[in-house]
Amino acid sequence: MNAVSQTSLQASAQGFLARYEGLKARLSGNVALRAAGAAAFAQQGLPGPREEAWRYTGLRVLADVAFHEPVVLLADGAAQLAALGLIDGPRLVFVDGRFRDDLSQLPEGVSVQTGAPAFGRIADNAEKMVALNTMLAEDGAAIDVAADVDAGTLLLVSLGSDAHGKPVSFHPRHAVRLGKGARLTLVEVNAGVGVYFNNPVLTAEIAEDATLVHLRQQMEAPGAFHLSTVFAEVGARGTYDSFSLALGGKLARVQVHARLVGEKAMAHLNAAQLLGGSQHSDFTTVVRHAAPATASRQTVKNVLTGRSKGVFQGKIEVDRIAQKTDGYQMNQTLLLSRDAEIDSKPQLEIYADDVKCSHGATVGELDADQLFYLRSRGVPVAEARNILVRAFLAEALDPIAHEAVRAGMEAAIAARWAAELGTGDAA
Amino acid sequence: MLEIKGLRAGIEDKEILKGIDLVVPTGEVHAIMGPNGSGKSTLSYVLSGRDGYEVTGGSATFDGADLLEMEPEVRAAAGLFLAFQYPVELPGVGNANFLRTALNAQRRARGEAELDAVQFLKMARAEIKRLSMADDMLKRNVNVGFSGGEKKRNEVLQMAILRPKLAILDETDSGLDIDALKIVADGVNALRSPTFSALVITHYQRLLDYIVPDRVHVLAGGRIIRSGGPELAHELEANGYAAVVAEAA
Repeated sequence: MNAVSQTSLQASAQGFLARYEGLKARLSGNVALRAAGAAAFAQQGLPGPREEAWRYTGLRVLADVAFHEPVVLLADGAAQLAALGLIDGPRLVFVDGRFRDDLSQLPEGVSVQTGAPAFGRIADNAEKMVALNTMLAEDGAAIDVAADVDAGTLLLVSLGSDAHGKPVSFHPRHAVRLGKGARLTLVEVNAGVGVYFNNPVLTAEIAEDATLVHLRQQMEAPGAFHLSTVFAEVGARGTYDSFSLALGGKLARVQVHARLVGEKAMAHLNAAQLLGGSQHSDFTTVVRHAAPATASRQTVKNVLTGRSKGVFQGKIEVDRIAQKTDGYQMNQTLLLSRDAEIDSKPQLEIYADDVKCSHGATVGELDADQLFYLRSRGVPVAEARNILVRAFLAEALDPIAHEAVRAGMEAAIAARWAAELGTGDAA
Repeated sequence: MLEIKGLRAGIEDKEILKGIDLVVPTGEVHAIMGPNGSGKSTLSYVLSGRDGYEVTGGSATFDGADLLEMEPEVRAAAGLFLAFQYPVELPGVGNANFLRTALNAQRRARGEAELDAVQFLKMARAEIKRLSMADDMLKRNVNVGFSGGEKKRNEVLQMAILRPKLAILDETDSGLDIDALKIVADGVNALRSPTFSALVITHYQRLLDYIVPDRVHVLAGGRIIRSGGPELAHELEANGYAAVVAEAA
């Protein structure tokens, strides 16, 4: 079986390489960086089942699909965009990986450049999905916030379309840079229709005393693939405060690398994954404490029903220099059906001697007493389950300070789960 | 009106209720007293529809409808309320939200208009004031960090807001000091009307000094072995259950 999947993974990688060969003369952006990504991808290929970091998330189902280059279509994304019910305000909208000026509203007080991939400085092609992105990236947003500017809230929206009549893949490449003391709330929404493969990479360079709040809402189409990578580098007293909600897609993975490089830098990597049917979703983090008195907090909640599979892999690395590190990681899972599965893997690598690191994981079902209590007060069973799921997620959702965004995420969860949880296999 | 005939029920093949006959007419408050293990809590759970209890015989109707066929939420919308002996904590669920969700679910089921947040809060605050409860009751998570007395008071608050036709109070007096007991009793007494009935399940006579019942029934060994007026509670208190059980045997 391994031999078979290796073969299909190799064939798929060859397909991506052939596409690059055909396209490279007309792709925009830094040629040398792209060539380095292509060389890395040619050598590395797609991640396989024998790699520790990809043990629980196999890509054969992705490799079985031939993905094509999206042809430039002026598909009307407006209706799809409106259906998402997003908050008002500035937004950068990409359709099939390409910036759509007509659907976007540029922010004030922030420099935004589009039309070419924003490769950034800190992404690492040793990550195979990053090498693929670097090789095929066509567009992206370079978002710069000057020192001491509070840039408010900016939406970054990706829509996948089925306008091409065949599966497409797109590889957007975004770079966010915050100057000293700057502040930005970036709300990333990924959605679409049909079968497509969204492979975004986002790098965030957060200078001293700056704060990036990064809220991700992944609600890709049921047939879609979403494999994204985030690199965040945080300077002294800076904060990378992120929450990642996974609701959609057939196969999804978010991999976050957070490097705390200045004293008292901080990272929050909270997440919630709500899966049903045969969905697979993976939240993988690598937090590197590379300076003293840095702190990281991860609260990851999974709610799984049907035959879905959730994965959480959380690695905390503490360098020798990073004394007084404070690392916390908690992974809690509600299993609502017997056929759902969770794989949870914490990893600690600690080379300093004065640190505080803790991790924990729990798995359970909905509490029968709580369910009966709600029903005895007149709350129908599907609504009661939804309330308890929402309550379970509270610890991860409640820290989202942006009320409208939090309300939007709660509405998306309720809509997705009222139906899913009411179908009986949750009982 | 609640009408129970020959009700037999148990849990995992063990029969606990062995033929209960009981009628609670509309507008009356009845007490069920009995020693530990007599089936008091089983009766309240079977009537409110908790999973895990198997009804093996008899019937229970509420205003003529077959209670035992209804889902718990349908019983609630029909006007049945169970005040829990051990109220359940719901971390992450605000009390106000919980109560409004419950009230509106019941109203929806009955084809009545739902209350918006403003209408609900106005009504809930008035009930809190009437029951002499603390204002922060609505802001806290349901029963989380509540003392035993606060949990029971929260049950009474829920009852006051949901306005049931029939309330079953399952040992609501257990673990209460005398002040809390009075608040709970006041809450029940405030609801007494020609259209409200209650089944007060208790081990001790004390609660019945404050909620004076129309009838008292003694439950022992899964059967009602004696019924009488409020004076029966005093007789039990004076002589103990053993004497009444022996007499009935």
